[in-house]
Amino acid sequence: MAERATGDIERQIQWNRLIAIVEEQAQVLLRTAFSPIVREAGDLSAGVFDTQGRMLAQAVTGTPGHVNSMAESVKHFIAHFGLESMKPGDAYITNDPWMGTGHLNDFVITTPCFHNGRLVALFSCTSHLIDIGGIGFGPDGTDVFMEGLYIPFLKLIEEGQVNETLIAMIKANTRLPVDTIGDTYSLAACNDVGCRRLTEMMTEFRLADLDDLGAYICDRSREAVLAEVAKLPKGSWTNTMVTDGYDSPIALTATVTVSDEGIHVDYTGTSPAAARGINVPHSYTTAYTVFGLACIVGSRIPNNAGSLAPLTVSAPEGTILNAPKPAPVCSRHVIGQMLPDVVFGCLRQAIPDRVPAEGTSCLWNLNVRGRVSGGAGGNYGFSMAVTSNGGTGARPHADGLSATAYPSGVKGTPVEIAEQITPLIFWRKEYRPDSGGAGRTRGGHGQIIEIESRIGEPFELLAAYDRIVHPARGRDGGQDGAPGSVSFKSGQKLKGKGFLMVPPDERLVVMTPGGGGIGDPRTRDAAAIERDAKAGLVSEEALRTTYRVGGDADGSRHR
Amino acid sequence: MSSRSPIRLAADIGGTFTDIVLEHGDRLLTAKVLTTPRAPEMAVIDGTRVVLDDAGLAFADISVFLHGTTLATNAVIERKGARTALIATDGFRDVIEIADESRYDQYDVFIEKPKPLVPRELRFTVPERMDVEGKVRLQLDEDAVRSVARRLKDISIEAVAIAFLHSYVNPAHEIRAGEIVREECPGIAVTLSSEACPEAREYERTSTAVANAYVQPLIAGYLERLAKSFTAAGYRNEIHLMTSGGSLASLETARRFPVRLVESGPAGGAILAADIAMERGEKRILSFDMGGTTAKICLIEDGTPLKARTFEVDRASRFLKGSGLPLRIPVIEMVEIGAGGGSIARVDALKRVQVGPDSAGSEPGPASYGLGGTQPTVTDADVVLGKIDPARFAGGKIPIHADKAAAALDSDIGGPLGMSTLTAAYGVAEIVDENMANAARVHAVERGVAIAERTLIAFGGAAPLHAARLAEKLGIDRVIVPLGAGVGSAIGFLKAPAAYELVRSRYMLLDSLDAAATNALLGEMADEATGRARSAAGDRPLSTTRGAFMRYAGQGHEIHVVLPDRTIQSDDAAALRTTFEAEYRRLFERHIPNAAIEIMSWSVAVSTALPAQRRIPSATGGPAAPPSGTRLVYDAGLGAEVEALVYERDVLKAGTGIAGPAIVIEEGTSTLVSSSFELNVDGGGALVLTRKEAK
Repeated sequence: MAERATGDIERQIQWNRLIAIVEEQAQVLLRTAFSPIVREAGDLSAGVFDTQGRMLAQAVTGTPGHVNSMAESVKHFIAHFGLESMKPGDAYITNDPWMGTGHLNDFVITTPCFHNGRLVALFSCTSHLIDIGGIGFGPDGTDVFMEGLYIPFLKLIEEGQVNETLIAMIKANTRLPVDTIGDTYSLAACNDVGCRRLTEMMTEFRLADLDDLGAYICDRSREAVLAEVAKLPKGSWTNTMVTDGYDSPIALTATVTVSDEGIHVDYTGTSPAAARGINVPHSYTTAYTVFGLACIVGSRIPNNAGSLAPLTVSAPEGTILNAPKPAPVCSRHVIGQMLPDVVFGCLRQAIPDRVPAEGTSCLWNLNVRGRVSGGAGGNYGFSMAVTSNGGTGARPHADGLSATAYPSGVKGTPVEIAEQITPLIFWRKEYRPDSGGAGRTRGGHGQIIEIESRIGEPFELLAAYDRIVHPARGRDGGQDGAPGSVSFKSGQKLKGKGFLMVPPDERLVVMTPGGGGIGDPRTRDAAAIERDAKAGLVSEEALRTTYRVGGDADGSRHR
Repeated sequence: MSSRSPIRLAADIGGTFTDIVLEHGDRLLTAKVLTTPRAPEMAVIDGTRVVLDDAGLAFADISVFLHGTTLATNAVIERKGARTALIATDGFRDVIEIADESRYDQYDVFIEKPKPLVPRELRFTVPERMDVEGKVRLQLDEDAVRSVARRLKDISIEAVAIAFLHSYVNPAHEIRAGEIVREECPGIAVTLSSEACPEAREYERTSTAVANAYVQPLIAGYLERLAKSFTAAGYRNEIHLMTSGGSLASLETARRFPVRLVESGPAGGAILAADIAMERGEKRILSFDMGGTTAKICLIEDGTPLKARTFEVDRASRFLKGSGLPLRIPVIEMVEIGAGGGSIARVDALKRVQVGPDSAGSEPGPASYGLGGTQPTVTDADVVLGKIDPARFAGGKIPIHADKAAAALDSDIGGPLGMSTLTAAYGVAEIVDENMANAARVHAVERGVAIAERTLIAFGGAAPLHAARLAEKLGIDRVIVPLGAGVGSAIGFLKAPAAYELVRSRYMLLDSLDAAATNALLGEMADEATGRARSAAGDRPLSTTRGAFMRYAGQGHEIHVVLPDRTIQSDDAAALRTTFEAEYRRLFERHIPNAAIEIMSWSVAVSTALPAQRRIPSATGGPAAPPSGTRLVYDAGLGAEVEALVYERDVLKAGTGIAGPAIVIEEGTSTLVSSSFELNVDGGGALVLTRKEAK
C-alpha cells in the first residue's frame, strides 16, 4: 500500500499545474479586459499548446464556442509563421473567422513561449470585441467584408516591439477604440503571464520540453473519453430541429454515430447557408457540437487535443454549418449555440435518462448602440452587448434552470454596470412567469427586460434572437417553452433579427424564451406545483388548465 | 488586577467544539468542550469556568473577552436564520435568484443552483429609481413601502433587507424606506444594502444585505444572551467579536453587521499562524486548520494572510467556486473543504471510498463518541489507526469507544469493500489527507506560489494528527505545531488587532482628480471607520491606511493602490499613475501606454498596531524526554503499523528532540510524528517537525 513518488504521480501533478496555469492566464484576461462582455460576462478563452499545435490544457471559461476553434487556430498560426521564425517577445494576431473562432469580433492572439532559449509551447487566447467596425455586431451583413475590419495573420508584437501600424489600423476601424486597443494589450499580457508561469514550472520540475508530458496528457484523456464512449449503446440516431433563421426557417439535421472509435456527428440534411450573418464556419460548428457531446459523455475529463480527438464532426460545405468565405458570419452563435440541443435530440433516443429537453440555447444579448450625452471618453458613442438568457430545458429528474446560460457559459451583465456603460435605464429585469414549458419536470423560466434611453435619444438594437417562432420543444408529453418576443411597450411587435431603432420615450420589451418540459404536467409532484404557485411563477390559469389543479376558496389545492 | 498584566479570555465556537483560552500573564489555559447548538453561550460559560477554576480566578478578574463564532455561517448553511423578506426596486424582484445567469460547472447539465435565502413570495418591490449618477428618476412611493411593511408584519417577518438599484451612489430611498419599515414594524431587524455593502453590482450587494438581515436576529439574540450570562457570572468588561477580515469589532458593530462575523474562527486561526510565523522568522507559510467539520488552508506571506473582498458562503457539495452565495465583505482568503474529524466516510457507487463533506458534528458525533453516531468518521479512522488514545481524547473529557469506531468502519467501509478494519481506516484517513493536499495545491497554484518550500503550521483539533502525512504528500519539509494547537483559532483572537475597514464607491477620473472631494470623502470614511474601530480598541492608538481601487478607464476590475498618508493634492495624480502602473505590471506583466485611469472606489482601514513581536529562538540540546508509553500506529507513508513512543507535551522542554514515529499528547489534540520526521521543541514551546532526509 505504500505510495512512492512515481513518474506517473509527477506527471499528474504537472498536468494539474498546466491547467492551473491556463486558469490563471484566463483570470488575467478577465481582470484586465475592457469590453464588458469579457470582464463582466467572461466571453473569452485561453490555452497552452505544444509545438505541434496540440492543445494541452484549456481554461474552463464562458465560451465553449472557443473550444476546438482556438485549438485549430494555433495550428494555422504555426503553419503561417513557421516555428523556426518565432522569436522571444513575439505575439501574433488574427480575427479570420475561418482560421480563428468564427467571426471578426474575436481576436485570437498567440504567443510563442521560450524556456532556456528553446521554443517549448505556445499560449493562445481569444476574447470578444464588441465593435470591429463595419455594420456592427448584428446579423444584417450580406458578406464578411461588411462585418468589419479583417485582420489576416500578422505580428502584433515583434521581439518586444509593438506593431504601431497595426494598432493604428485597428484604432481607426472601430467605434470603440479605447476598449478594442485596451483588450488587444490585455490579450497579449495574459499570454505573457501564462508563459512566465510555465517557465517557472519547467524549472521546478526540471523539464526541458513538454513532449513527454503532452503525450501523457493526450493519451490519458483520449483513453478516458473512449472508456466513456464504450459505455454508450452503439448505433446511429438522427434528429432535426427547425429554428427561426433570418428571413426563412433553417433546418439543422444531425446524425450521431457512436462506435468503438468514438462519436461522429454529421450534419448532412442541414439547410444551405443563409444570405445574412447567421452562418457558421466549420470550426465553430465543431466547437459547439463537441461541447454538447462532452456534457453528456465524460464531463469530468479536461479539454485537450486528446479528449477532443475521438469526437469528430462533419458538415457538407455550403450548408449553414460549414459556410465558406466570404459568407457573413457575425451572429454565428444564434445557430451554433443550437447544436448541443440538436445533438441531444439524437442522444435522447439512445440514453433518454441522461439528456435534457430543448432550452433557449442561444444567448439573448441586448446588443445596443447609440449616442451618448457629453464625451464618450475616446470612443464613438456607445456599443454594448448586455448578456442575458432564457430558461434551459427540463432535466429528466429536475426542472430546467431559469434565466441561465446554456450552452454558453457567459455570465449575465449586472444592470448597474450596463447603466454605467450605456445611457440607458432598465425598468425591469425579472422572471417571466409561465414561460418554462410545463411537464413532470418543468423547463426553466425566461425573463422580462424593459429598457429605455436615459438621455432622451434614440438607440439601436442589433437583434440576434431565435426561438420566437420555433420555441424549445418539450418531450414525452412535456410542453414547449414559451417563445421569446421583442416588442415596444406601446404594443408593436418587432422582428427577432436585424437592426431596430428604439425611439426616445419608448420602452423596448424583451421576453426571453423558456425551456421545454419533460413528461405529462399532470404527473408533476404536487409540492413542486405548490412551490411554483406560491412563488407566482405559475398562473392560476396554468394551474387549472395545464396541471389540472383546482383551488378552493381557502387557498388549498387539489387534483 | 493591575493594568500591566491583563487577563484576557478568548472563545471560539465551532461546529463541533467550543474552544476557550485564558491568557494570564505568561500562562495560557485552554479548554475544549462540545458545542451546545441550542444555546451556544452555555458551552462558552462552562468552558470559561473550567479555565477560571484551573487558574484560580473568577469572571470578575477578566479584563477583556474576545469572541468568535460559526453561528452566522451555520445559520446560512443550515438555513436556520430569521424569516426574512426583501424590498427591492420595482421590476427587480429576482436579483438574488437570477444571480449571474451562469452555471458554476460548465460541463454538468444536472447542477442545482444555490437556493436564495429569501424565497420569491417574500421578495417585494416598490416604485422608486435612482440612476447611475444618484439622481432620482422615480420618487420613492412611500405609501407602497408602508403597505409592504404592514404586510411584513401580518406575515410575521423578523428581518428585512432593503436593496435598491444604485443605492451605493445615493442611499436616500433606502434610508427613507428603512424608516418607514421601522415605524410600521417595531422590533424588525432592518438591513440597508447601502450600509452593508456600498458598492456597485446589484447581485453581490443584495446578496450581502440579505445574508446580513437573515442572520441578524439570531446573532443579536445570541449576543444579548451571551452578554447577560457573562454579566450574571460577574464579568464587568467589554465583549469584542472576531470578524472574517481577521480583526476585532465591538458588540454594537457585530449586532449591526453580523454578516462580517462569518468565518471568524478560521480568520482567528490565520492570525495565529501569521503570529507564530513572525515569531520564528518564517516568511512563507501554509496554514492548516482542521477541526471537526472542515479543513481550512490559508497562505501567509511575510506575516500577512492573503486577503480578499468577496467570500462565498454555503458552496455546493464539491466546494466549487460560484456555487455559493456571494458576500462582499473584507475576508482573509482561504480554501475550506469538508474534511474534519467528524467528516463521514462512505463507499460510493463506483466502490470508491468518499469522505465528507458532511459531518457528524457534535450531535451525534463520530461513532466512537458513543453518543448515537453509527456512521464512520475520520476520527473513528484515527482511533483505529492508533493515532488517538481513547482514554486521553480532549483531555479525557470525551470518552472514546474504540469498539464502536471499528464497528462503524466495518459495516460501512470494510464490509462492502471486503477489507480489514485497519485497511478501511487507512483508506479513510488517506483519502481525507489526499483531498486536503489537492485543495492546498490548487489554492497555491491559483495564487501563483510554490508550495513545497513552505512551512506548514498546523492547528485545530484534528490538524496535528494529519499534518505529517499532509506534509509528506505536499513535499513540505517543516511542520510547526504551536502550543495550544487544539484551540488555535481562539488563541489567534488574542493576537488580532481591533480594526474596521470600509470601501465606498465614488467615481473619479485620475486626470481630473478632485482633491477637495477626495479629502472630504476619505475624511468622512475615516471618521466612521475610526468610530467603529475605537469602540473595540479602547484607548490603544489607531493607525489609518487609505487606498484607491483604480483601473484603466473602461476596464471592469480594479487594483488596490495605497494612498499617501496625508492630504491629497490635485498634482498627486502623476504619482498615483506611476504607482498604479508599477502595480499593474507586477500583476499583469504589461501595462497599457497612455490609457486614461479611473478610480472606482476608496478604502479606509483603521486598526490598532499589532503587539510588539517577540522573537522565538530555536533550541537544541534539551533534556531527553521520558516517554509515557508506546502505541501501535499505522504509518501511511510506510504502509505499515509501527510502534510509536508516546510523550506528554506538557513535560517536553525547549531543545528536546524526538525521532518519529512518536505521538505527543496534549489537552486539546495529539501530534503524530511519522517515521519520516523528527521533532524538536523550540524556545516557544512549539513542536517543530523536520523531515529526516532533508537534514
